[in-house]
Amino acid sequence: MVKLLRKIFLVDLFTGLMVTFRNQRPKYIYTEQYPGERPKVAERYRGAPRLNINPENGETLCISCNLCALACPEGLIVVTSERNEQTKRKDLTTFTYDTSRCMFCGLCEDACPVDALELTQDFELATYTREGQIWDRQMLEEGPRPTPYKC
Amino acid sequence: MPDSTFLDSTELVLNMGPQHPSTHGVLRVILKLDGEKVMGTSCVIGYLHRGVEKIAENRTWAQFNPYVDRMDYVAAVSNGLGYCLAVEKLLGVEAPPRAQAVRVILTELNRIASHLVWLGTHALDIGAITPVFYCFREREEALNIFEKYCGARLTTHAFRIGGLLYETYDGFEREVKAFCKMFPPKVDEYEELLTNNRIWAGRLKNVGVLTADECKEYGVTGPVLRAAGVKWDLRKAQPYSGYEKYDFEIPTRENGDTYDRYIVRMREMRQAVRIIEQAVEGMPEGPIMGKVPKVIKPPVGEAYVSIEAPKGELGYYVVSDGSVQPYRVRVRPPSFVNLQALDRMVRGGLVADVVAVIGTLDIVLGEVDR
Repeated sequence: MVKLLRKIFLVDLFTGLMVTFRNQRPKYIYTEQYPGERPKVAERYRGAPRLNINPENGETLCISCNLCALACPEGLIVVTSERNEQTKRKDLTTFTYDTSRCMFCGLCEDACPVDALELTQDFELATYTREGQIWDRQMLEEGPRPTPYKC
Repeated sequence: MPDSTFLDSTELVLNMGPQHPSTHGVLRVILKLDGEKVMGTSCVIGYLHRGVEKIAENRTWAQFNPYVDRMDYVAAVSNGLGYCLAVEKLLGVEAPPRAQAVRVILTELNRIASHLVWLGTHALDIGAITPVFYCFREREEALNIFEKYCGARLTTHAFRIGGLLYETYDGFEREVKAFCKMFPPKVDEYEELLTNNRIWAGRLKNVGVLTADECKEYGVTGPVLRAAGVKWDLRKAQPYSGYEKYDFEIPTRENGDTYDRYIVRMREMRQAVRIIEQAVEGMPEGPIMGKVPKVIKPPVGEAYVSIEAPKGELGYYVVSDGSVQPYRVRVRPPSFVNLQALDRMVRGGLVADVVAVIGTLDIVLGEVDR
């Protein structure tokens, strides 16, 4: 009799559904709605590189010491500079960073004595071309420019 | 594999892999079958060979550190620890106590994360789909701690030669403690799903038996060896990084079959939680970096350090010629050695057991091929 009543009132079904709905609490949802909802990466996340500039006068913080290029295991950083005759210091001319070969180990960031080169929390590095993966100085300072799609 | 048996027309040669999902990567197993019965196997490896040991010879000591993470990418922290310990032994420095405690916490968290990947994928191979979601849910918590600590989730590059680069972040201890509190009930949850499950036991019991003597013959280490009843754990046998301070047990079983290896790994996860709890409780204050010169130039010599990675004994043999670059780095990967016992374990079994045995060996092809 009890068995029959259980069957009629679908007790087992509701017990099962209760387990399902218990796990529907937003706290238990692990899926991120990616493009709509940005994942919050950690503060120390090693993502896209950035060459910091002094916010007051817009000059680069880089002193062209070449330590990042020496620290890089892949040798993907190329720094060129020319000597300034007046200040007797090296002025940065070009700075290229090949993100296609970068493994984001963070050794360049550690090597930098003036905190000019930094790996940021930006993680979207996809481009349409291979050349687009090689970041030049302007791109490193201002962030990547959106690449127009060519047919 | 002897060719003579090919005369028997009932035998069939079948390629399993390199794209087969249950070979856990790019492993190709050539199976010689008599009906459903496996008469012999031979493994073809090297599809993921990247020449890591050769790369080491063209990098400086510190520069090679991120590459070791890419061997066993499921347990990258353990790889980094082994390499750092080997170079530290060459240099004659030791990491400060605080660095050692943090290292222990992270490697044990990584052991849990690695075992969770193993449990999820192994259960998936056998046919249980639920555990993989449960396991990855908890693994996420461990990976979040890695991400907050060192900025990467998988290829962490967490340790540096001589200690640590990063000081622990705010709330590190709280989060680790919360993980320790949260995790053991979750292990109960997995065990509830699997341990007494008749299908699970039926698929695993007396499958891929490897006795203690055979384990020693093949040089198999890790949970595979312990499931055969040998109480051998490098954390107890040759303590490194302050493991002698922590109180934990070495779980062992007697039969050495796939089910026992499952039980051993489940218990190991619980022991790992115990170690983390003790380490985070008595975490000393102090510096995190030992006295290491800026340019690492170890004296001429060689050193071998082996650690207990989640998969077994992970050894690094490093040779220095006194320059800034290693003369030779040789890695003794646990997965590669354990894989050699595959033929012994599956011979005479069924094709479905091959999948179970590959799963239970817990191989990572990045480490097998290097």
